[in-house]
Amino acid sequence: MAQTRGRVALLVTCLVDLFRPTVGFAAVALLERAGYAVEVPPGQTCCGQPGFNTGDRASARALAERVIEAFEGYDHVVVPSGSCGGMIAVHYPELFAGDPAWEPRARSLAARTRELVSFLADVAGVEATGARYEDTVTYHDSCSGLRELGVRDQARRLLGKVAGLTLKEMRHPEVCCGFGGTFCVKYPAISVKMASEKAADVQATGAGTLLAGDMGCLLNMAGRLAREGSAVRVRHVAEVLAGMGDRPAIGRAS
Amino acid sequence: MSTLPASPPSTAHAFPLNAAGAIADPALQKAMGRLKGHFIDKRAAARARLPEFDALRDAAKAIKDHTLAHLDLYLERFEAQVTAAGGHVHWCRDAAEARAAVLAICREHGARIVTKGKSMIGEEIGINPFLEAHGIEPVETDLGEYIIQLAHEPPSHIIAPAVHKNKEQISDLFVEHHHAGDRSRRLEGIPELVTEAREVLRRRFLEADVGITGANFLVAETGQTVIVTNEGNGDLTQTLPRVHIVLASLEKVVPTLEDVSAVLRVLARSATGQEFSTYTTFSCGPRRAGDHDGPGAFHVVLLDNGRTRLLGSEFREVLRCIRCGACMNHCPVYGAVGGHAYGWVYPGPIGSVLTPALVGLPEAHHLPNASTFCGRCEEVCPMRIPLPRMLRHWREREFAAGAAPAAARWGLGLWAWLARRPALYRAAARLAARALAFLGGPERRIRSLPLAGGWTGGRDLPAPEGRTFQALWAEGRGRR
Repeated sequence: MAQTRGRVALLVTCLVDLFRPTVGFAAVALLERAGYAVEVPPGQTCCGQPGFNTGDRASARALAERVIEAFEGYDHVVVPSGSCGGMIAVHYPELFAGDPAWEPRARSLAARTRELVSFLADVAGVEATGARYEDTVTYHDSCSGLRELGVRDQARRLLGKVAGLTLKEMRHPEVCCGFGGTFCVKYPAISVKMASEKAADVQATGAGTLLAGDMGCLLNMAGRLAREGSAVRVRHVAEVLAGMGDRPAIGRAS
Repeated sequence: MSTLPASPPSTAHAFPLNAAGAIADPALQKAMGRLKGHFIDKRAAARARLPEFDALRDAAKAIKDHTLAHLDLYLERFEAQVTAAGGHVHWCRDAAEARAAVLAICREHGARIVTKGKSMIGEEIGINPFLEAHGIEPVETDLGEYIIQLAHEPPSHIIAPAVHKNKEQISDLFVEHHHAGDRSRRLEGIPELVTEAREVLRRRFLEADVGITGANFLVAETGQTVIVTNEGNGDLTQTLPRVHIVLASLEKVVPTLEDVSAVLRVLARSATGQEFSTYTTFSCGPRRAGDHDGPGAFHVVLLDNGRTRLLGSEFREVLRCIRCGACMNHCPVYGAVGGHAYGWVYPGPIGSVLTPALVGLPEAHHLPNASTFCGRCEEVCPMRIPLPRMLRHWREREFAAGAAPAAARWGLGLWAWLARRPALYRAAARLAARALAFLGGPERRIRSLPLAGGWTGGRDLPAPEGRTFQALWAEGRGRR
């Protein structure tokens, strides 16, 4: 692209990389259409959040240092996840606090890092993505995106401009779905109970599609809805915004 | 932090088992369902009515931060003022000293019956069984506390102790305890139940020799203790008997009455959604000449129980807590399992931070781990306590002590090792994506997976699309 608004590095996240490459391509498409040159820095793996949240600061730091190095020099770092985005934007400075060599670099990265949807709406000034999606959808506010990064209205605003789409809110869209990283396998009974309550809230809306901005929550909710035999399709919000809502939904054949 | 003997006994180590039982208990689940809407909606409405609510939270936090920075000064000032008013302050390092102080006061006054207002410190030091063991009858006078005392259960919520009970269960308890099991006396309506409890308790108020209350605040400048209640039972507890004992932990002190009124503005709104609790009662020493009522003796049992150690630790901010209960009202884990599953006195997010400090991390290690870090507790905490960060600090201590479960340590170690080797990581991810996609079959979902029963026991695992993003990106596929 000859003229760009800046260089954006995409942090793909391990779950998008492994489970749902479509989300990564949707993010690239949205960012390029907004006028940015998108690169996927090589050498990126995991942001270190699993270690950080398990109390293993050493391994979290080791991985965070790699991320800081890999993403230096870009105007913006965009993450299709509020959870990994929050790890970098909020917790990296905390992780390196008091370290004269690393804290400034961590703060610089934190300041340049945004969750995808809020980047589009708040930084890129995107008001509509030109997509079409023929369904009633409901939107789950993933916890880290909502509470650490303030992602709430941005997603709803952009979804409101998607042709054919009707947004029907859950009674409690902001309540955790029970994923919680390793929580979901360490305390499966509680996690499944929370996922069931979320599934009930989703189904009560009558929506045909459930959207959210984090693969962890999406896998959890899609997995629970499928186990309950629900017909609700589950997608990352970026897929719908990018006009890729015709691909098979998460954990579905079609 | 060394381990203190738990009093009362703890079942926090059995949290997963407790939680499973709670999830399988339909009556409890129904009660929790009611609670969730009730407190959350009321707090939201109270907050919406007060545009400066968040600014008040900042002010309240600043008051507590200042007080904690000068805790010694304000506690000594408080003691001097209590003493000047004719009361006594008993400094107690731990639960045993606090129990002994209460017993000594009761014995000095020949007490046989003790009425009690609601006090979480009373629960923390296990005062009721201790008094019973020494021949003194404690009578809870807060309706919720009274109900669970009849049921021989601990509170399941710090401001709504019997929230796990439904009215049929309460009705049965009243039949058993008030009418010797005569089921013809069974009451159905809540007003009738409340009236009956009031009649029974009124007699006990008049019989009591000593009244024990908690304290929401201790006021350094005046030596006053403050309680907020909705039933008025606290007032009868502390004015009718000959002796008033206040149980309070030392972080309850604030410098001035202005500070009390500032923090009060966020307390009830956060707790019950009320602008103010029905009763806000200030006590200052024993009855003076010319006073119409009040106790003849006034004692404050001031409990540390490990709090001064928190003061110098990464858990310092938890000492700002004013025990409103908003964190548990909004916690999805508390909402799923209720308060008893936590296994000790303080449930919910605040309990998951406090309990490891009070009964030891080995006993309570599940509690800080049983959180999704959803952050709703911190979002609603009137004192802006960073509860998720505190929980993470406990996990750090657990990990540093080598006490995290072996599977977590090994799994995480392998993950971190792999993630530091991008080429190998990419190869492993490609392999995993293919393998899981294969296992997903034409349905694209995995119903059960060896070693992943934690996931697949209650939900399917959506299959990956088949190729990793990195592989597709490297090939230039998926681009225009």
